[in-house]
Amino acid sequence: MTGRLAELLRALGARIVNNWIWRLGFACRFLWFTLRESGPSFRRFHLTIREIYFTGVQSLIIILVSGLFVGMVLGLQGYDTLARYGSSEALGVLVSLSLVRELGPVVAGLLFASRAGSAITAEIGLMKATEQLSAMEMMAVNPIARVVAPRFWAGVISMPLLAALFSAMGVFGGYLVGVRLIGVDAGSFWSQMQAAVDFREDILNGVIKSLVFGVAVTWISVYEGYAAPPTAEGVSGATTRTVVTSSLAILALDFVLTALMFRGH
Amino acid sequence: MMTRKELDLWVGIFAVIGIGAILFLSLKVANLASFSAADSYRIDAKFDNIGSLKVRAPVKSAGVVVGRVGEIRFDNESFEAVVTLNIDGRYQFPRDSSAKILTSGLLGEQFIGLSAGGDSVNLKGGDTLKLTQSAVVLENLIGQFLYNKAAEGDGKK
Amino acid sequence: MATSNLVEVDNVTFSYDERQILKNINLVIPKGKVVAIMGLSGCGKTTLLRLIGGSLFPDQGEIRVAGRVVNKLGDAELFALRRKMGMLFQFGALFTDMSSFDNVAFQMREHTALPESIIRDLALMKLQAVGLRGAADLMPSELSGGMARRVALARSIALDPMLVMYDEPFTGLDPISLGVIGQLIRRLNDFLGATSIVVTHDVAEALELVDYVYYMSAGKVEFQGTPEEVRAAGLSSLRQFVYGEPDGPVPFHYPAPDYRQDLLAQ
Repeated sequence: MTGRLAELLRALGARIVNNWIWRLGFACRFLWFTLRESGPSFRRFHLTIREIYFTGVQSLIIILVSGLFVGMVLGLQGYDTLARYGSSEALGVLVSLSLVRELGPVVAGLLFASRAGSAITAEIGLMKATEQLSAMEMMAVNPIARVVAPRFWAGVISMPLLAALFSAMGVFGGYLVGVRLIGVDAGSFWSQMQAAVDFREDILNGVIKSLVFGVAVTWISVYEGYAAPPTAEGVSGATTRTVVTSSLAILALDFVLTALMFRGH
Repeated sequence: MMTRKELDLWVGIFAVIGIGAILFLSLKVANLASFSAADSYRIDAKFDNIGSLKVRAPVKSAGVVVGRVGEIRFDNESFEAVVTLNIDGRYQFPRDSSAKILTSGLLGEQFIGLSAGGDSVNLKGGDTLKLTQSAVVLENLIGQFLYNKAAEGDGKK
Repeated sequence: MATSNLVEVDNVTFSYDERQILKNINLVIPKGKVVAIMGLSGCGKTTLLRLIGGSLFPDQGEIRVAGRVVNKLGDAELFALRRKMGMLFQFGALFTDMSSFDNVAFQMREHTALPESIIRDLALMKLQAVGLRGAADLMPSELSGGMARRVALARSIALDPMLVMYDEPFTGLDPISLGVIGQLIRRLNDFLGATSIVVTHDVAEALELVDYVYYMSAGKVEFQGTPEEVRAAGLSSLRQFVYGEPDGPVPFHYPAPDYRQDLLAQ
């Protein structure tokens, strides 16, 4: 009996060290290489612009539509709960704070991970599997500088913009439902919101959150793509891992950042 | 395959609406535009107890926000709290104005209430308010109440 | 040290994950010649190409290209050397997000400061050399296998390299494309005054076009010689390889227990 248990523990330990810790180490070194080779991403900015199009611009539709719907739902649910305490004029406060502090960065981050993150992983994985990255190396072009780094910076730049767009659309959605549909007073909606939402505390912190999420998600995406086994199953497994790991990372980081930022309230 | 011009155009549009969203959030949703620190002047006020007053809490006079709390320090000589108020340059107050620490609602945020005095000379930057009233600390209030009650009970005996 | 060999593989040993792939292997590639490296899958021929190109480093021994020891070069020197080498990967490895023209022009844009007009002319010339100038604007996904391989060939000679390496260039091609690629390898090599290494197991095509052959097996060079010598070779493993005999030193049957026993066992 104890033999089996020991065997299980040994296997678990081996898995943790060989799999996770090794992968984590490689991922960190990979991030370092990506940052080190980032010169061309900015000197030849059109490389990064191209990637911003594929990650940011092509995520616009899903972000804007989701933002709108989330805001609208917040408006509905929020009104229902607030009306019970006679505070329905605080709807603007509820919608805006929820979005700007939490839902904007987090949900936009999750959507970004599933749409853009998985695309980046698949693309890099496929390029590796079809030897395009090796070919680039043989042509004396550093594939990390040319392929990986621009995608990384594109993700980091796009993420805060997408999160802000999500929050803005959400506020608009809450306004549509709360003021236009239900009949909350427009004046109170906006004025109470403006009184409650602070630029430095809420907006800026939200932007910082989305930047951190952007770094995390894009880092995971490029790493998984680069480390994917060069087969069909390898790439598809890597894409799934990107979405799962990014989502977990976003939620965990959200907790840490929220604890650090909003402790005083 | 998109040409570079098309890519640039779309990315430009994306950047513009993204930054626009951030501006919208900052100006319309938050209170960025409503108070600019540039044309404000600083007044100090000393309190025995500031309660839970925080930096950037509003300074209101007659219920209108006229400034923000800038800095909160502790004076080690007089053992008082020194609060710096940034008052909007548009508003001038007499030298003998008083500052009270009030609570918004029953259990809400604390802010500074500025009551104008009657002096003909106005406060200028760097001045210190002479009259202040500290925050009401709930524990002291309860303690006082109990003490009064006890004293009353003793007196009756 | 002046030598007429462009590439020298000197007593190289290489292992990957505890598996020894190359054991004390020695071979030389003379300048200006087209040399074939043949052998069964897994004998280490692609690994050898990677070692010559500097993507892998030998555990022991040296690899010299144009007199410089490849595994001792610094990053910048290695990149400089690579600009004089061209490599054709097994299925082309064209960059799928750009057109054929852009693929060929890639190295010129990255490594030279030539103006676009000159790059355009050069790229079109390379495509013309492989017969695909008309396909310049097609994307790799729109090309057939043979066409993609030819565009990749044009790309590998974009900077007029001194050494061109071909990794299984004939795999999966129809007979016409086979003939075309074979011809192109020979003609471009002679035209550029370059040296070519062709790794393949397509015996017929290879023997038609190369000057010299190395036959590898299990990480060592088992035979080397001109195509005539290879055809006439007495070495049984080589004969089996060249003539495609189903049974010989490489057995037909995968090791298994006795046939009768297996059938009769319950």
